[in-house]
Amino acid sequence: MAAQPYGLVAVFDTAPAVYHAAETVRDAGYKCWDCITPFPIHGLDRAMGLRRSKVPRISLVGGVLGFVTGMSMIWFTNAHDYPLIVGGKPYFSPMFAFPVAYELTILFTAFATIGGMFLLNRLPMHYHPVLKSDHIVRGLDDKFLVVIEARDPKFNLAATRALLERAGGREITALEA
Amino acid sequence: MSHAAESAYDAPAILKEVKPTALPRATLVENNRSFGWITDKICGIIEGKTPTWWWVCFVVACFVASFTVAGLTYLVATGVGVWGHANPVNWAWDIVNFVFWIGIGHAGTLISAILCLLRQKWRTSINRAAEAMTIFAVVCAAIFPVFHVGRVWFAWYLFPIPNSNYIWQNFRSPLEWDVFAVSTYGTVSVLFWYVGLLPDLAILRDRFTAAGNRLRGWLYGFFAMGWRGSNRHWSNYEMAYLILAGISTPLVLSVHTIVSFDFAVSLIPGWHTTIFPPYFVAGAIFSGFGMVLTLMLPLRAIYGLQDLITQYHIDCMCKITLATGTIVGYAYGMEFFIAWYGANPYEGFAFINRAFGHYAWAYWIMISCNVITPQFFWFKKVRQNTTLVWVLSIFVNVGMWFERFVIIVTSLARDFLPSSWGYYSPSIVEIFTFFGTFGVFSVLFLLFIRFLPIMPMAELKAVLPQADPHGHGGTGHGTSDRSH
Repeated sequence: MAAQPYGLVAVFDTAPAVYHAAETVRDAGYKCWDCITPFPIHGLDRAMGLRRSKVPRISLVGGVLGFVTGMSMIWFTNAHDYPLIVGGKPYFSPMFAFPVAYELTILFTAFATIGGMFLLNRLPMHYHPVLKSDHIVRGLDDKFLVVIEARDPKFNLAATRALLERAGGREITALEA
Repeated sequence: MSHAAESAYDAPAILKEVKPTALPRATLVENNRSFGWITDKICGIIEGKTPTWWWVCFVVACFVASFTVAGLTYLVATGVGVWGHANPVNWAWDIVNFVFWIGIGHAGTLISAILCLLRQKWRTSINRAAEAMTIFAVVCAAIFPVFHVGRVWFAWYLFPIPNSNYIWQNFRSPLEWDVFAVSTYGTVSVLFWYVGLLPDLAILRDRFTAAGNRLRGWLYGFFAMGWRGSNRHWSNYEMAYLILAGISTPLVLSVHTIVSFDFAVSLIPGWHTTIFPPYFVAGAIFSGFGMVLTLMLPLRAIYGLQDLITQYHIDCMCKITLATGTIVGYAYGMEFFIAWYGANPYEGFAFINRAFGHYAWAYWIMISCNVITPQFFWFKKVRQNTTLVWVLSIFVNVGMWFERFVIIVTSLARDFLPSSWGYYSPSIVEIFTFFGTFGVFSVLFLLFIRFLPIMPMAELKAVLPQADPHGHGGTGHGTSDRSH
């Protein structure tokens, strides 16, 4: 007998079909499963029972770090390490430091946001069972896939297949691990 | 409330649910195209044989770009004196070109960030190319200040890197703010662009691998980071994209604001005005949309993208050009008014001199290109004539270059001391360097349209009617229909 598969994949033709299938799988109580779609489908997160993305928290950390970096860098360079007299003004003021701190806030937020997105998505991951499947080309093109992983506690080859069939999935196949 | 009135109005005063009237939405993709059609169309541009026109354009662009290389080589070998700069016009073409190119970039960020936040879905078909334009424009812009520092091998002094002299930058200088603004802008634009490319690179990876082209499959795959269209990923991706749009919006506004601070914080008559930040931002968006039209209309014609860049898209772009052009025209008028109303003789002289002095020819080119040209876009007939729109967009580009020329040169050539007044003309080296940047830009843009998807496929699919998970789209074909 073949080794335990990674999971089962089913193909759906339309966005409403995969949306309803996602609701069915969610209501059946599965946890380790996923939808593969060529574009983000509006509301699919809720249909899958996903919680709000945590990317903003990482972005916020980046933004605060950027602002603090900007302000402290300018204080250190212009007021502490080499006090610079310009126009008889105080060595440091948050006013003239603001534009640079503002830009660094944005820069650090951008890096944190993208880094956070990759981190939360566990990317880069160039090897994945889903990518080995022949379906993936169409899953990024014009079809919609639902993948239920074998490690899900509720996974049962026959029962899960029946569930996907009931949800309207076609070409249900096992994914090689 | 009387009984009679109550019976007349059975419905409660406050409705439990308000059903908004369904507004007719503009069709963003004509001819009911399917998801598959979009993939085939956009990928087909990359997968097809390199067209002859591409090679012709590429060779010409490389030739033009060589002028920049020649100009800069001569400059570095000789010294910054080979440019026509002299007291008091020390900025001249160099900063004119810098502001010109950086301004062009702003439309890309406006389309990708501000229109994203405003849920303007028509942005999808033009945002990839416009963002590419932004990045390449920033590359061209950066050449000028970097070489203008004189000894380019010391350009790293612009950044707070510890050096052997133990001194630091003066962070009170708007020029130093500019260093941070422009480098942040360039970096964030690249990151934003790359995030948008991610799902499309994954499609190309799979298509090239399936077609047996392992090298390109591997290369696209490397940059696709193993993207697999998982909705758990899309969830984070969309949030990240939204945040990037959210931070790029203040970024794009701040960048040109800070560029305008280079002038406004100084004391030169004609520069020292508070109108500069909004005026510069409007001008930047105006020039950027001019360039977007200049680039997208030929692409649309060559690649047959009429279904994706529809008349509606052209209308929208023309209208933004019209609106920002009119804001710019208002700013020109307001500058004059304040110069008179402020009763500062130097300021008054600067403006009279602009319009009627030695550089009046440049001023009137600017006025005709920037104020009169966009007014044609009021007319539907004009907007529907793509050739005419293209020609007008060229005038916008020319006009915005002259705007920067007028602001910088007229103010500097007639500063406070009449003894230092002069008439600035560029040297051949400056002309070479500037002319060549169009080649640099074209080379980069041609490489982009050859090797990367010129439109974001995932985003285009998401605005199709059949992308609606509740089936409200209705009219679309079956998604498996790939007929061309």
